[in-house]
Amino acid sequence: MNPPRDVDPHGGQGTPHEPTPTIWPVGFAIGIACLFVGLIISTIVLIVGAVLTAIFGFLWIRDATSGLRAVPAQPQEEPEPAPSAPPIPAHKGPPAMPEPGEGEVVRFPRSKLLEATTLGLGGLIGLVVTAPVLGFTVLPPFIKQGHPEIDVGAVDDFPENKFVTTTYLLNPEQGEVSRRTAYIRNNGFLGDAPSFTILSNRCVHLGCPVQINGLPLKKSSETRDGLVVDRTPNAAAAGFGCPCHGGQYDTEGNRTAGPPVRALDRYEFRIDDGRLILGKTFSVSEVDGTGADAQIHKYTQAGPGQHIDGIEAWLYPLQPPR
Amino acid sequence: MARKKPGRKDELLKLLLYPLDWLEERSGLVGGVKYFLFRKVPGDISWGHTLGSASLTAFIVQAVTGVILAMYYSPHPDTAYESIRHITDDLWAGWLVRGMHRWGASVFIILMFLHMGRVFLYGAYKFPRELNWIIGALILVMGMMEGFFGYLLPWDQTAYWATIVGVNLQATGPFVGPFLGPVLQGGYDIGPDTLARFYSLHMLVLPGAIAGLIGLHLYLVVRLGVVSPPWSPEAAGNERPGPPPAPRSGLVAPSPRGSRRR
Repeated sequence: MNPPRDVDPHGGQGTPHEPTPTIWPVGFAIGIACLFVGLIISTIVLIVGAVLTAIFGFLWIRDATSGLRAVPAQPQEEPEPAPSAPPIPAHKGPPAMPEPGEGEVVRFPRSKLLEATTLGLGGLIGLVVTAPVLGFTVLPPFIKQGHPEIDVGAVDDFPENKFVTTTYLLNPEQGEVSRRTAYIRNNGFLGDAPSFTILSNRCVHLGCPVQINGLPLKKSSETRDGLVVDRTPNAAAAGFGCPCHGGQYDTEGNRTAGPPVRALDRYEFRIDDGRLILGKTFSVSEVDGTGADAQIHKYTQAGPGQHIDGIEAWLYPLQPPR
Repeated sequence: MARKKPGRKDELLKLLLYPLDWLEERSGLVGGVKYFLFRKVPGDISWGHTLGSASLTAFIVQAVTGVILAMYYSPHPDTAYESIRHITDDLWAGWLVRGMHRWGASVFIILMFLHMGRVFLYGAYKFPRELNWIIGALILVMGMMEGFFGYLLPWDQTAYWATIVGVNLQATGPFVGPFLGPVLQGGYDIGPDTLARFYSLHMLVLPGAIAGLIGLHLYLVVRLGVVSPPWSPEAAGNERPGPPPAPRSGLVAPSPRGSRRR
């Protein structure tokens, strides 16, 4: 058995090893609370919270570091090191490393060189091994992630002013896990060009699948180039609802209730030889007007729950490239 | 004849202990294990002090059942659900091992919380044990990450949508959120890479990290010792009238009843 170790650095005097008691964290916490509440309800409360946080944070840090900033006691004069005992002379042969002579300075002994070489080479090997591994872990999710164009059917397959629930496999090799759903409404014509409202079913709260608040009619399937597209028209669609946390949207995808932070994402599309081709998705803050006359406030695609306009958008200054 | 008997017994004992002596002479492991297990602990510790060992046991159960499940599980979107069904319905005692892993996960987290509560209420996180509190907190966080990454593996509707919500929750984190989400799921949406990634994190990265941290945690427990309850007459700072009590070992020789009150 080893003898019990003494872990008290104060020589067993029982001095508590704690910072001095301080009341400032309470004010700091109140400041933080005001800050967050203000973020939601009012700018004035936000500013008050920020000021409180800054003041009490400063006071707290000042208190907590008072011990460190105290003038250190004058260090006692270090006694001259006693002359060490003469080195034990080597019995045979010349010394391994001759003592530097008068005026000769040892700049870089061999042991230092070996130490630096070992550490340096070790670090280099570590870097060479780690960098590609880390890159392989982190980068692939951002590369070659584009949305391929999907042919979802002829323009005539989409009856005017009815939402059609359209599902397809984004990547048939991956199977069902790549199934995506778009709510497509044919708005008739805007001038000469056909107009479509194409909403993503990805709830912009946390990504659950929004459902159409309507009556599904008969489903039809179409296989084209090995790609199956299912289309289900809906009668009397009154908007969209999310089953997870109750987010509600109107027929233009504008949020009407619940936790979502913006309007539903939409698909870019083009008409090619009478066929409707879906492209990438983009994010929408809100939509003014309806149908073919809608004014869409378009933004770069952002993840669910991320604000794209207003003060909260400052929290998401950068979006990864898609 | 009567003389021979104890000699034979001694010889037999020697023969039995020979492998241990052999090991001890070459590695010191026997002494090490004895040092680890038969430590001095305060006389007035309670059942609350066993919660740490209980958490460790729960972790070991998770590790063992997890290794067995990994022999049958297939982390591919087309086969994952079917392999889980195979484990549960077809394999002998598969339902039991999967059930132990599934419920043991909750037991592990609950025990860690109880252990944490005991440490907090007894003030056992204070100097010089702050570092051990921090390591424990890291183990708790990693334990919960185990739960998050493991939840996707059954690959049913609950797993799929719960993971989408969980990943997107983390992707709403300020500044790094939009990048964190894709890194977690290996793309902008859940796909085959997500399942393999979660499987790797769940059964290789995180258990390894937790095991390493548990090693550090135990090293510090052995080095710093166990704390008496705050109300203990032996607690730090309390005066001890009379001569200091003789050292007692809680495990080897329990203190005689009644000697607690001095």
